[in-house]
Amino acid sequence: MPIRFPQHPGLVVYLTAGDNGLFADAAQIRPGDLAVTREIALAAIDAGADVIELGVPFSDPMADGPVIQRASERALRAGTRLQHVLHLAAELRAARPAAGIILFSYLNPILRYGMSRFADAAAESGADGVLLTDMIVEEAGDYLAEMRRTGLNSVFLAAPTSPDARLQAIAEHSSGFIYAISRTGITGKQQQLAADAAALVERIRRWTRLPVAVGFGISNADHVAQVGQFADAAVIGSAIVELIERSTPATAPGEVSRFIKGLRQPSGADPWMQREQSARS
Amino acid sequence: MASTVVLHLTENLEPGPPHTAGRFGEYGGRYVPETLMAALNELEQAYAAASADPVFRAELDDLLHNFAGRPTPLYFASRLTEQLGGAKIYLKREDLLHTGAHKINNALGQGLLARRMGKRRIIAETGAGQHGVATATVCALLGMDCIVYMGEEDIRRQELNVLRMRLLGAEVCPVRSGSRTLKDAVNEALRDWVTNVRDTYYILGSALGPHPYPTMVRDFHRVIGVELRQQMLEREGRLPDAILACVGGGSNAIGAFHAFLGDKDVRLIGVEAGGRGKSLGDHAARFEGGVPGVLQGTYSYVLQDEDGQVALTHSVSAGLDYATVGPEHAALHDSGRASYVSADDAHVLEAVVRLSQAEGILPALESAHAVAECLRIAPQMPRHAILVVNLSGRGDKDMGILARELKIAGAEPLSGR
Repeated sequence: MPIRFPQHPGLVVYLTAGDNGLFADAAQIRPGDLAVTREIALAAIDAGADVIELGVPFSDPMADGPVIQRASERALRAGTRLQHVLHLAAELRAARPAAGIILFSYLNPILRYGMSRFADAAAESGADGVLLTDMIVEEAGDYLAEMRRTGLNSVFLAAPTSPDARLQAIAEHSSGFIYAISRTGITGKQQQLAADAAALVERIRRWTRLPVAVGFGISNADHVAQVGQFADAAVIGSAIVELIERSTPATAPGEVSRFIKGLRQPSGADPWMQREQSARS
Repeated sequence: MASTVVLHLTENLEPGPPHTAGRFGEYGGRYVPETLMAALNELEQAYAAASADPVFRAELDDLLHNFAGRPTPLYFASRLTEQLGGAKIYLKREDLLHTGAHKINNALGQGLLARRMGKRRIIAETGAGQHGVATATVCALLGMDCIVYMGEEDIRRQELNVLRMRLLGAEVCPVRSGSRTLKDAVNEALRDWVTNVRDTYYILGSALGPHPYPTMVRDFHRVIGVELRQQMLEREGRLPDAILACVGGGSNAIGAFHAFLGDKDVRLIGVEAGGRGKSLGDHAARFEGGVPGVLQGTYSYVLQDEDGQVALTHSVSAGLDYATVGPEHAALHDSGRASYVSADDAHVLEAVVRLSQAEGILPALESAHAVAECLRIAPQMPRHAILVVNLSGRGDKDMGILARELKIAGAEPLSGR
């Protein structure tokens, strides 16, 4: 199923599945109960998120900064497993039929579950597609075959360092959308977006008509507005994960909802000079 | 005699398998964020060009000989042989190299390659600190900035090496994530590289990670086996019956084994860390408790739980305390060309004392895993058999751990076990 961004710019929201934040009472939460993430995801969709990326927590998130590392550790300590994330995807699909749902994972938990078995389960859950952080197009033969067999989109990353030949291969093997990394680096907020994001999106568009979402370091409305000038959607990851970290399970859905609504209301200031806090006020 | 070896130190840099995409059988490959792909391709091409360049090879030869101290001796351990009453035991003395371990072979090779590529900022990970010290040393030699990532737990237990790195001008960055050991240091080095990929060279210290590292690191250490082969033929007129080497990531082992892969009568035995028990989390014996998976860019055996989450590991030796193993070892394991066993902490400590007192050689805790297996199998072998232990490093760095574990105190000699 194609992934749609009915509003412009579109918003893709990453959530580490099973992370209940710093202040959750562990005794109150059953292992594998992803109710907190579910409520946050529903609030995010209702506040205007077009696509939810459900992050499968992994012990060794080598492409992620400290915020998502901490969220992954909390989610694993809470007993989160891949099958719980698949179940959550199914719940979200049932509750919000129009929302885009992407399963976002490092490769090893998927390999352990079994690529073919995973593809079947992901398709059955109603997820629209999959993004594997440490999967490059050259290694993706089995993965792509399984995605095609089960009708799932395969979202690949494109980096500012990717030469045109790689971008062409990434475009050929991607479906759903392409996730353009706005800068080199791990996930995490930053004050300024690298200026080469626009150049990267332009290079990607030479090879594809798929929507292009820009991520890494987007944390406020002015960033989103700026990205909207050249890309189809903005991906918000660490900024929301950090917000959840500092909220309680009861307040997180409201906090996330308010934050996402604010993302479509730019201040008009030069985003490259913005402090990230400004979007929260 | 020595000079003939020296002149050929880098002849082994000819690209061998893997020929496509860094595969050893089904293992290896590249599983990395897209951001690193351009850098890995650049590295692959630069390495291919450098290894074919006589100027690069001559400079590396010169440094391996005059700076690092190659070739290393092949020493006949006569007292240990006599005590064990079985196979003749030889020690390949990588512990005598500058900085105290084989790691300098690779650090010199990659350091020269980084300079050739115009990269001035060097990062590295380290477990026991030997690769970190070797990298800090090469950066001092070549005048480059050096940042070494090291787990907090390893900083605690290998304090002397931390001091050495800092003295040499390197910045040692403590890693506080996960188990705070080698695996987490690799994660942090990869994060640094992803962020600073345009001006930074990552000197990976073992035959691990995404292609081309497993091949390149092996090639830089292949000199160990090349020398060993020639020295053994000169000394004994024949090849050894077995070669023992410890296996963390597996760089010293693949370096010792590789020149013998075609010699089917030479048994190649890797020794993993048996730690304190057989349960997941108590050891680092990947071939006993691991299943194939992807960690840190390569497909190999990984200690992991049923959800694919990487398991914690334990070993008395920081250098072997690691959840995955170099992909070429995985292929050698599956093909049966090499076999892999483990030695537990207690036997390793015993081996340290035994070798120290039988031969006057204090082995690193890592290398003592190979010594422990030697103590076990040499008595079962006939007297005409020849057994080689690749003594990959010396144990000075481990004195703190040894003092605690062996309760060395006062002035009396420690009684042998």
